[in-house]
Amino acid sequence: MRPARGTFLIVLAAAGMAGLALGTGAPQAQELSYSQVERGRYLTIAGDCKACHTDIESDGVPFAGGRGLQTPFGTIYSSNLTPDMETGLGRWTREEFYDALNEGVDREGHHLYPAMPYPYFTLMTREDTDAIFAYLRTLEPIASDVPENDLPFPLSLRQSVWGWKLLFFEDKEFARDPEMSEEWNRGRYLVDGPLHCGGCHTGKGALGADDDDEYLRGGVLEHWFAPNIRGGENGGIADWDRDDIVAFLRDGRARHTAPMQRMGEVVAMSTQHLSEKDLQAVAIYLKTLDDGPREEQDLAEADRLEIGEGIYFDNCAACHAADRSGVPYFFAPLTTSNKVLAEDPSTAIRIILGGARAQPTEAVPSVLAMPPFAWKLTDEQIADLLTYLRQSGARKAAPVSASEVVDMRDYLAEEY
Amino acid sequence: MTKQLRSVDVVLVGFGWTGAIYAEKLTAAGLEVRAFERGPWRDTPGDFATTFAQDELRYYWRHGMFQEASQATLTFRNNGAQTALPMRHWGSFLPGNGVGGAGVHWNGQTYRFLPSDFEARSHNEDRYGPLPEHMTVQDYGVTYEELEPHFDYFEKICGICGQAGNLNGRTVDGGNPYEGPRSDDYPNPPMQMTFSQDRFAASARELGLNPFPVPSANMSRAYVNPLGLQLAPCTYCGFCEKHGCGNYSKSSPQTTIIPVLMQRPNFSLLTNSEVLRIEKSADGSRTTGVTYVDTSGDTYFQPAEMVVLCAYPLENTRLLLLSQIGEPYDPRTGEGVVGKNYCYQVMSSATVFFEEEFTNGFIGAGALGMVADDYNGDNFDHSGLGFIGGGYIACHTTNARPIESHPVPDGVPRWGSKWKRAVRENFLKTTSVGVHGASMAHRSNYLDLDPTYTDAHGRPLLRMTYDFTLNDRRLTQHLTPVAEQIARGMGGREVKVNDRRGSYDSVPYQTTHNTGGTIMGADPATSVVNRYCQSWDCPNLFVAGAGLFPQNAGYNPTGTVGALAYWSVDAIINQYLRQTGPLVQT
Repeated sequence: MRPARGTFLIVLAAAGMAGLALGTGAPQAQELSYSQVERGRYLTIAGDCKACHTDIESDGVPFAGGRGLQTPFGTIYSSNLTPDMETGLGRWTREEFYDALNEGVDREGHHLYPAMPYPYFTLMTREDTDAIFAYLRTLEPIASDVPENDLPFPLSLRQSVWGWKLLFFEDKEFARDPEMSEEWNRGRYLVDGPLHCGGCHTGKGALGADDDDEYLRGGVLEHWFAPNIRGGENGGIADWDRDDIVAFLRDGRARHTAPMQRMGEVVAMSTQHLSEKDLQAVAIYLKTLDDGPREEQDLAEADRLEIGEGIYFDNCAACHAADRSGVPYFFAPLTTSNKVLAEDPSTAIRIILGGARAQPTEAVPSVLAMPPFAWKLTDEQIADLLTYLRQSGARKAAPVSASEVVDMRDYLAEEY
Repeated sequence: MTKQLRSVDVVLVGFGWTGAIYAEKLTAAGLEVRAFERGPWRDTPGDFATTFAQDELRYYWRHGMFQEASQATLTFRNNGAQTALPMRHWGSFLPGNGVGGAGVHWNGQTYRFLPSDFEARSHNEDRYGPLPEHMTVQDYGVTYEELEPHFDYFEKICGICGQAGNLNGRTVDGGNPYEGPRSDDYPNPPMQMTFSQDRFAASARELGLNPFPVPSANMSRAYVNPLGLQLAPCTYCGFCEKHGCGNYSKSSPQTTIIPVLMQRPNFSLLTNSEVLRIEKSADGSRTTGVTYVDTSGDTYFQPAEMVVLCAYPLENTRLLLLSQIGEPYDPRTGEGVVGKNYCYQVMSSATVFFEEEFTNGFIGAGALGMVADDYNGDNFDHSGLGFIGGGYIACHTTNARPIESHPVPDGVPRWGSKWKRAVRENFLKTTSVGVHGASMAHRSNYLDLDPTYTDAHGRPLLRMTYDFTLNDRRLTQHLTPVAEQIARGMGGREVKVNDRRGSYDSVPYQTTHNTGGTIMGADPATSVVNRYCQSWDCPNLFVAGAGLFPQNAGYNPTGTVGALAYWSVDAIINQYLRQTGPLVQT
């Protein structure tokens, strides 16, 4: 939502006065040029700021904050990014905004909870954060009181974040790799910086920080397993080519799968609006990330595989095809699915139990969904089905036990 | 008390195929469009997902997606001497309800009417002399040539699978040699045929006929339509008609148009909201909007610059009668137009029972079939036959749904152990050759308001007065033996002929192809709307659907319904919006 021109001028005047009143430097209005605002708009989309900073569940005003983000440690509510004087960024300066993104501190010097992905945004250049700030100042100011975070002691104390940052946070700039191409470097900057892919796709340690050994090898978030997105040899998307990655991020449909749930939001609000060149850069970078060979897996008993195959044929083959090859761009092929074959089967279990909706995009507006099977299949049946799917192709993953399905079923029953 | 709402550019009454078509084109042209649907929201994942779509008890037997007779029904009689009684349980036809309308639970057989079908009176009188006095057959006022681009577009929206027979005047082998010239091929190849179609085609060729694949809205392969919407390959599960498709394999408003509309900010949809009346200006020269009622019983007036009736033909007719727009038809004088020329379809068939061979009818799809058009329309010489029109003759394998479908040969009792044994023996070994006959208009077949029975809102029910005509009887007597002859050539053990005899019976299912009542034409004295489907009485009122047909051709109606909707909305955008007023001067 862009304000009308009149509002825009008022915002500029207000911003200028705020700067003067607080004596924090030159009035900012003079530096708001069209190209900087436009660059900021683009980066704001790339960073997908809107997804967290809009109370989507309650049809909230974009960027006005208040969305509750579930973390393993409690619920954190996103802040108001509109330039409202009392509740938003109205009194913030560019320097303060840069510090927030670069160091994770607010204008009062409080540490920000790393649900705000500043461990990634720290890579962003000052030029880029200034541009984002310039764009955010053009939004209509919205007074929006955000609920208090719901965190247990001692995490409820901001000081606790200081200790966390001491252990896990490094204030750093993006370092170009001169050996690699311009595009590769751009892709890496996007993936590690604004797009903050690792936020979901990199495994986390006990205190929620990225485990560098697990870089883009998949991570758990809100009981979803965000899959391995390394595109090189042995990677989770080794069989995707660059155009598949671009199609996934641009159209919300690739030969292999479609974005769903949280990734659906990312594609809808962010990546479908990015330039073809940037998406290509992301694909070029991801395709260079090799992975280690898979460990030998225990093979399940033959009768489990046979039962699983029968369940597959009766319930799944109509869409995913008898040979599990699916319908490319439509019904996911399961033979090479990085969700089916993930070490952690959470996402596959969850989709079978609860169903999932593929994200409609501007390019492909179809509303496709897999229906839930929780009412139709038992825990044992789902475990056998997944075990069959994980062991019937060239790449194999460990068998799934009924207790894993029980746990997910209990979680879903409690949450929904 | 009726609450008044903010005015919009266009109100659509009913949100099935035609509602979706008008809405898509009018919102793309920048207008604010609001659609009203008396039934609920429906989409594939929520309402007919693969996990429960194939539930015959729920969807067919218990009418899961049809109009409920307690919400709205009609009264029926065969002729004016009888007293019409309400249909309390649907039988002969199954009107849709809810978003997508009957477009959700159709079979998907998607034909173009023949060029001569649009000129049924002038063409036949030119060739055979004057029609009998009480045959009220009329020309459409629009020609096949004018509709051709719109047929083509509708086929591309739906991804119709078929084999062209006439590409720009050039005859193509394997297609329908009688079809009007097509500007383009079908967007997808025909479906995969089964044993029954192969036998039918061989037998028909033996008789010198020209069988071709039924044009199908069940997909032969994955397809993306011009709006970017996706359709999946059909799995031949045989749950099309009376069911929604859980596999995204059947073109419906849900799969081919609605997701795009729901993203457009200038489109809104009110479900569970039934339009009670079309409102008029004081002088009756314009509509001013509609009055509707929601599920709480609250009534609202929705003002609009333009109203399009997109409900089922029976309900469009009733709304015009209830709103007193247009002169009601009077069968005694032949004067008046609203409710005139109600027509239907004249069906018959011959069932083949094989001894050894398996037909496996459970491997089916709504539009899986081979068809011959040699006895349709005026594709054959009618001299001395005493009727006009015809019908296609086809062998479909649409389903072997066990509750509905268990054909047994002649001489088998209707219940008991002998019947059960016959079902067991024949279930996998039968097929059928059907005649899909045209229904020609007659002065005594019409729709009006019932004098006795009312609906839940106290409004009179629609009354249908209908029986098969002499033309229908002669047509079916001429065509059914051809179907029988083809059936006998298919190599089965025996053939059972299901003739169409006696009066029309509203109980057994035949087709949901009710036509007429809001017919189009060139003369306001004999039609409700002009050639652009615009009301002669109120120029800002348009009507869609098979109610426009002055008489019904020997085809399924949806292809022509779609083409007429695109033709009409094109005239609205390119002519009417420039100068709002009558598009045809009288």
